[in-house]
Amino acid sequence: MRNILPILTVVAVIVALWYALAVVLNAPWAYSKAERAEQTLSFSEMVSDTMAQKKPRLPAPHQVAVEIWETTAEKKITSKRSLIYHGWITLQATLLGFAFGIALGIGLAVAIVYFRVVDMSVMPWIIASQTVPILAIAPMIVVVLAALQVDDIVAKGVISMYLSFFPVVVGMVKGLRSPDGMLMDQMKTYSASASQTFWKLRLPNSVPYLFTSLKVGAAASLVGAVVAELSLSQNGGLGARLLAGSYYGQTIQIWSALLSAATLAALMVMSLGALEKATLKRMGMAA
Amino acid sequence: MTDPIPSQPETADAVITASDLNLTFQTNDGPVHALKDVNLTINKGDFVSFIGPSGCGKTTFLRVVADLEQPTGGQVTVNGVSPEEARKARAYGYVFQAAGLLPWRTIGGNIRVPLEIMGYSKAEQADRVRRVLELVHLDQFEKKFPWQLSGGMQQRASIARALSFDADILLMDEPFGALDEIVRDHLNEQLLELWGTTGKTIGFVTHSIPEAVYLSTKIVVMSPRPGRITDVIESTLPRERPLEIRDTPEFIEIAHRVREGLREGHA
Repeated sequence: MRNILPILTVVAVIVALWYALAVVLNAPWAYSKAERAEQTLSFSEMVSDTMAQKKPRLPAPHQVAVEIWETTAEKKITSKRSLIYHGWITLQATLLGFAFGIALGIGLAVAIVYFRVVDMSVMPWIIASQTVPILAIAPMIVVVLAALQVDDIVAKGVISMYLSFFPVVVGMVKGLRSPDGMLMDQMKTYSASASQTFWKLRLPNSVPYLFTSLKVGAAASLVGAVVAELSLSQNGGLGARLLAGSYYGQTIQIWSALLSAATLAALMVMSLGALEKATLKRMGMAA
Repeated sequence: MTDPIPSQPETADAVITASDLNLTFQTNDGPVHALKDVNLTINKGDFVSFIGPSGCGKTTFLRVVADLEQPTGGQVTVNGVSPEEARKARAYGYVFQAAGLLPWRTIGGNIRVPLEIMGYSKAEQADRVRRVLELVHLDQFEKKFPWQLSGGMQQRASIARALSFDADILLMDEPFGALDEIVRDHLNEQLLELWGTTGKTIGFVTHSIPEAVYLSTKIVVMSPRPGRITDVIESTLPRERPLEIRDTPEFIEIAHRVREGLREGHA
């Protein structure tokens, strides 16, 4: 409860700024409409017009809120206009890509920690991979995978994996290397094999690092899925809603899809946070 | 202070021997002589303390015996074989300065770590865990987690862990260094009792003169730069040692000799 007041204050400030910007950005269109209708607008008429335009430059918060309400609560979830329908499509691709990313990330981290050659040869490529704009290579991945007759959802998952494996590799390499010298020496005095040291010491010791990575990776994974949907928009999803919105200048639709994506990411990060708290408490590693 | 320490005759009972042992670390500030010409024999059932200021090589010596550090010259044998072979044969248990218990395992679970690695059966593991916990008087704490125990109890658990797999040699690197005086006295008493009942050969690194004198049958006094042995004192105290023995003239005399040895090493 202690945290609620500062959060509400920040939200209030953002909403206030948002309204102010909406007025400023939408005013020219309000005036130009009035001019064509040969009317003059008073200040209050102008302000109320900027809050109720059909295709505003920046929709007012309540317009977005109404749109979200109409496209979630008031639509059947099977409807193609339902945000829940599209959100679910995006979530599926996100979770698939996240699972790929976790598997690839952990696999690479283990190889990097255990094989010096991999550390020297692969790590630079992993870093280079993240400097390539995902927006540029997503369509190519789609084309290549389509030619290989791979399902569209897998193609989306691959793009999402491309973004989400990176934080997992970085975190897990650090985590697997985190046991201090004394603990490693201790395993040596037991004459433990590399795999025994991995399962009994390195892996459990890396769990706090893993969760930190997962929280970053979950958000990245969602971004990947949304970007993938820009190239695979025929299948729907929040990315497809963004694209359709921008084709037809439906700014309200764009903003509601954006907010839904942000909400989805927040929910994923929050559930990971809760899982992290419970796990670390159970493992006696709570900070 | 350059007169060499005469190397002691090897006996049939020798468990650990070192002859002309040298270890030089290469650092950015030039070579550091951690151990120089160390000769020592530890016999079966001995309680040997290594005492000296920081940098005298006492911990390094123990680590060489445990195959955690490689000597740059000379010979070391443990149970008649090289430290590496002895380590692979699980000839010793090592107790570090910190308890090093894994927080995600219970006390019993921590003691099972070496037992699982060494492939003991589940029943055997349970049996051994119970036995060593009794030995260190922690039998009520098998299901507790490390954070639920005090520092002294954690260190006792780590000793139990080192005892669990029947190694004849126990190497202890300042195991009580981080504990307060009262807890330390108590643990020293318990350690002696344990040594009496198990008959293990113990190598014990310490900073404390009373601790070294109270515990040991043999006290190895070392001095730094280069790390070397300056005196080896055979204790004349009986094996049965109540805490009060520390007030006897005999005890005080040995302590005095240790102190002299340490002072000489510094000159």
